[in-house]
Amino acid sequence: MNINTTKIISLLFFIFSAFYLYTAYQIQVFAFDENAPFNARTFPIYLGYAGLFFSGLKLILPDPNTIKVEHKTLEYKKTAILVLIAIIYGATILKVGYFLTTSFFLMGSYYFLGERRWILMFMLSFPFVAAFMYLLHGVLDIYLRDPFLKLIGVMG
Amino acid sequence: MIEGILIGLTTALTFQNIFMVMIGCFFGTIIGMLPGLGPMTAIALMIPITYGFDPATGLILMAGVYYGAVFGGSTSSILLNAPGVPGTVATSFDGYPMAQQGKAGKALAIAAWSSFAGGTLAAIYLLFLAPSLSKVSLSFRSPDYFALMILGLTAIAAFSSKGQFIKAMMMVVLGLMLASVGQDSLSDITRFTFNNMNLTDGISFVLVVMATFAMSEALTIILKRNDPTAAAKQVSLTELGSIRINKEERAKMLKTIPRTSIIGFIIGVLPGAGATIASFLAYGMERNLVKDEEKEKFGKGSVHGLAAPETANNAACSGAFVPLLTLGIPGSGTTAVMLGALLGFGIQPGPRLYMTNPEIFWSVIMSMYIGMVVLLILNLPLIPYIARILAVPKNYLIPLILFFSITGIYVMSFNNFDIYLMIGIAVVATFMRLYDFPMPPLILAFVLGGLMEENLRRSLLLSDGSWTFLWDRTLTACILATTILIVGWQIYKTFKKKN
Repeated sequence: MNINTTKIISLLFFIFSAFYLYTAYQIQVFAFDENAPFNARTFPIYLGYAGLFFSGLKLILPDPNTIKVEHKTLEYKKTAILVLIAIIYGATILKVGYFLTTSFFLMGSYYFLGERRWILMFMLSFPFVAAFMYLLHGVLDIYLRDPFLKLIGVMG
Repeated sequence: MIEGILIGLTTALTFQNIFMVMIGCFFGTIIGMLPGLGPMTAIALMIPITYGFDPATGLILMAGVYYGAVFGGSTSSILLNAPGVPGTVATSFDGYPMAQQGKAGKALAIAAWSSFAGGTLAAIYLLFLAPSLSKVSLSFRSPDYFALMILGLTAIAAFSSKGQFIKAMMMVVLGLMLASVGQDSLSDITRFTFNNMNLTDGISFVLVVMATFAMSEALTIILKRNDPTAAAKQVSLTELGSIRINKEERAKMLKTIPRTSIIGFIIGVLPGAGATIASFLAYGMERNLVKDEEKEKFGKGSVHGLAAPETANNAACSGAFVPLLTLGIPGSGTTAVMLGALLGFGIQPGPRLYMTNPEIFWSVIMSMYIGMVVLLILNLPLIPYIARILAVPKNYLIPLILFFSITGIYVMSFNNFDIYLMIGIAVVATFMRLYDFPMPPLILAFVLGGLMEENLRRSLLLSDGSWTFLWDRTLTACILATTILIVGWQIYKTFKKKN
């Protein structure tokens, strides 16, 4: 059997399906539902077996369309930095507020993607986010929690 | 029906709704032009905004975005040979060679007129067929629905990825597994939450769509930034040429449009098929139907070859609304996103929608006509200007896509956990996309998961746990037989390829 990344993904999916199936069997159902033709664990159990079946098939059958990914040409570093910035954005948005975190997230992302035109970067972050916030909060009446703007008295 | 049409026209022709169609077509065109960002991404980005409107307006906005994105995809196919959406891949076969001959303006005009004609004809078919289909669909029982959902999921898996049926089926199962997280709808028992309160209500549909499409798309673009094959596609846009279509070309289009609109509509109606299959089939069919001398021009800038896929993909877009509005079964990944949005509005599409919410049913059909007209009026004169969006540097484009995705989730829940979950799913999806695991089957399965479990529950309870419900009724057995045929065809194709 030819081992490639697709097979490894299928193996991971097989393990995931086995874990899903095990968890499905652990779902607590009401006593009167235990022997019913259908209860809360019936559908997940079928899904677990379906997952094992298809990932098992993918593992066993030969793969005529092997996907070759040129890892050397892929920008893993920049993608990882971008994901990290997004995680930091998610971690700070509730505490700092929408306006500041979103603006800094955009500035940071532009910078890490190689942009150095500071005026354009600024225009497409702080004023852009302010305009977008006005659209959401002011026009569409969608509440946006922002402790910072509340502190400086811009938002009620 | 006349009353319904009038209700639809009254709703669709309000100032707000016409404005929404225009906004939808405009933004859809822009998003659809960006390679990799299709109608599904465009609609997903619009969902948080639509929740600020009433359901009819929200759906009209999404329909506008849908058509706009399909047309936008054609623009990047013709100008850059980089289809924005899979449904416009066939457009590039003759559109791009035409553009290379200095007839980019003409190619865009043919695409615009063909899209308009295809969409309008399909909207007429929809107008006459949807009410009768909704009556037929009233006879559907739980086993039929369950079988139909199996058919839809199998069909999207079979058609979504060439030669990757098992991979697509794995994604279907994954989508159903994700949908099973949270409280069971009948017993309220929590499943797969691992005592995390944030998962009690299940995973949000918008979160999954944003993660697997918008966010994962953005990450994939960054990841493949230095890919020489992707860079080679970045051809600079020079002369657009004239957008006028001459008499001979018009005659050719008049032959192609009616027949390809029918095939496009029929394929669009079938659950799981959609615009991509429709455009390829229409292209192939047209090639077989034209005279030998015209056949030679296919792939070198043929008018027939450009008009056929463009008509068919727009007709398929209208056709996909038939199963969505009358059966509650989405015909494509994009309509699956729309189904999720409708459920978010508290509306259950299906046979009853026609009776309980006629204004939504008819206003969507009517707004399709208006959408087609708006698309033509907007796009023909704006073609040279809209095309400039293709020059937006990725340094700005990617952060903005991420920003829209995260904001979309944030305004829904004000919860960090959802943002982390979205990032996690997006990273996994990006990795799986590298190895050609298709995402549309996952989305369709995620949307249908709850309904599928509900119908299986009813069927099994009625048959006292026996699986004979799958062949007790003729209709259920027919649907099941179609599913078996599709699976059998895939197995046959796999073995044929191997030999």
